[in-house]
Amino acid sequence: MAKMVYRDAVRKTIFQEMERDENVVVLGEDIVGGMGTAGGPEAIGGIWSTSTGFYDAFGPDRVIDTPISESAIVGAAGGLALTGKRPIAELMFADFIGVSLDQIWNQIAKFRYMFGGKSKCPAIIRMVYGAGFNAAAQHSQSVHQILTGMPGLKVVMPSTPGDVVGLLREAIREDDPVIFLEHKALYGLSGEVSDDPDFTIPFAHARLARAGEDVTIVATGMMVGLAEKTADTLAEDGIGCDVIDLRTTSPLDEEAVLDSVEATGRLVVVDEAPPRCSLATDIVALASNKAFASLKAPPQMVTAPHTPVPFARELESAYLPDPGKIEAAVRKALDYR
Amino acid sequence: MQLSREDLLQAYRRMKIIREFEERLHEEIATGEIAGFTHLYCGQEAVAVGVCEHLSDDDKIVSTHRGHGHCLAKGCDVKGMMKEIWGSQDGLCNGKGGSMHIADTDKGMLGANGIVGAGAPIAVGAALTAKINGKGHVSIAFSGDGACNQGTTFEAMNFAVVTKAPCIFVFENNHYSEHTGVDYAVGTNKDIASRAEAFGMKVWRADGTDFFAVYETMRELLEYVRAGNGPAAVEFDTERFYGHFEGDPQRYRGEGELDRLWAERNCIDNFRKKVTEAKLLDGADLDKVDEEVLTLIEEAVEEARAAPRPTPDDVHKNVYISY
Repeated sequence: MAKMVYRDAVRKTIFQEMERDENVVVLGEDIVGGMGTAGGPEAIGGIWSTSTGFYDAFGPDRVIDTPISESAIVGAAGGLALTGKRPIAELMFADFIGVSLDQIWNQIAKFRYMFGGKSKCPAIIRMVYGAGFNAAAQHSQSVHQILTGMPGLKVVMPSTPGDVVGLLREAIREDDPVIFLEHKALYGLSGEVSDDPDFTIPFAHARLARAGEDVTIVATGMMVGLAEKTADTLAEDGIGCDVIDLRTTSPLDEEAVLDSVEATGRLVVVDEAPPRCSLATDIVALASNKAFASLKAPPQMVTAPHTPVPFARELESAYLPDPGKIEAAVRKALDYR
Repeated sequence: MQLSREDLLQAYRRMKIIREFEERLHEEIATGEIAGFTHLYCGQEAVAVGVCEHLSDDDKIVSTHRGHGHCLAKGCDVKGMMKEIWGSQDGLCNGKGGSMHIADTDKGMLGANGIVGAGAPIAVGAALTAKINGKGHVSIAFSGDGACNQGTTFEAMNFAVVTKAPCIFVFENNHYSEHTGVDYAVGTNKDIASRAEAFGMKVWRADGTDFFAVYETMRELLEYVRAGNGPAAVEFDTERFYGHFEGDPQRYRGEGELDRLWAERNCIDNFRKKVTEAKLLDGADLDKVDEEVLTLIEEAVEEARAAPRPTPDDVHKNVYISY
């Protein structure tokens, strides 16, 4: 096991997979960075530094720096995937799905089904998402609730560097299109990663981040750390929380959620997205449908409000879930009747 | 002209298959037996065949909202397609795609498209694969005059030029985007090819109702692209004989417009006339092809009618999970 930060886990996993399989190609805006300038290629190496050194190692055929054209990027990833490549496309900010939504939703998500299962589309669309940098409404959103609702897409939200490695490698070796969501506030997070070059984490396998018998907390991505912190605080008061990191929102590890809810009888879902028609409502519906008899209290949701992401520091802090809000929700569930 | 007698017969046969396939659909759809929306390609056969006769299965095409002709020209199984349009379980896409989404990647046919203008970026991706593989293969983005107004087409053209992808943008200008005329919907000078020119591509223009003009233009264009010069574009001036969708009464057509088009701009009649006048083929050769094609289409319809229907369980097949 080695220590690595989340950002390096992304970069190294892709680099290793490109070395392993010559069909893996990457494309995106500024992923080389510096093309057509006096400074030359690799002047930037990707605005998130997740592709630094790729161009020098693999050349322009496999490291494709694109114009600012999100529809063309996602569509080209689809065309590459249909013709035998394993493209990994980067959308600089997940907010930009808006301009490429047809290619994500009507094209790559649907090829396999619409073509009678006779085609595969092993494309990955990596996106950097989430609030925390005062980047406001068009550069801070959590878009997983939109993408999770689209049949044909697999949606991955790693919360640790170790999970980045296992889930990204699984995604690259997958034959279905995968949306890989990297939280911008997690890029500096350090953690242990496996040295095994074939280590993968299968999809729909949630991780039990904390174990406890009183309340189930379900979270993804950035929210997992907040839930763990809350669980640690509550443990000092003798309150035990199961913290379930879903890892993938589609496919979903229903069993992990239901087993825990059946054991604890109380559910708190923490979600960075707005509350309506969301992952939070989805998990609450799951528990209500399939574990109703086990519930001792109404499921609680800790989410962003139903607003765009605000700019000012005070407003963004108020917008985001935090351990205080999660703790209040847990106590509310515990205090019910 | 380098076409042998066999080449000419094959080209005619393919155009005729498209024509009769569609004429039969035109009749069958009126009876209500076929579900959904169907957009006929009838009238544009010379373009699909003139382009695809140059391609192998390793060359890819991305088709349009009006995709039957491209599928058939690329060699997709006629009966499999008919079954798909009928929604049969053993149709080309197992009844999951229908008329608007037929694909056969083994034949290099990457899909018709329900979304106008969505195909061009996908074609660029296929062209990038061809470029990486380095074997001189190409990818064709078929687009109509409607699709040329979509931003995706512009993004794809620029991206292809930037990456020198061997992608060919084939614009089939049939003068109608759905029910709206090209004179209204295409801004500027009505010349679609000039848009591709503006992105720095070498551009060709030809009469899309003349198979020989299409074929020769593509021969020249493909030589240029296969030599590694990056993308290129061509605009074919062509005609659509039926409406936007089947059932469209075409009230937007001018007085006598369709009669004139059928009489003067009919690519199949024009082909017959040319090859017989030049004594390359005689009428009897062509009549024989006509008969064979009619028999094939009749068999395709009969088999589609008799084919097994999907079952409710099939809804869940070909997607990774169902909830």
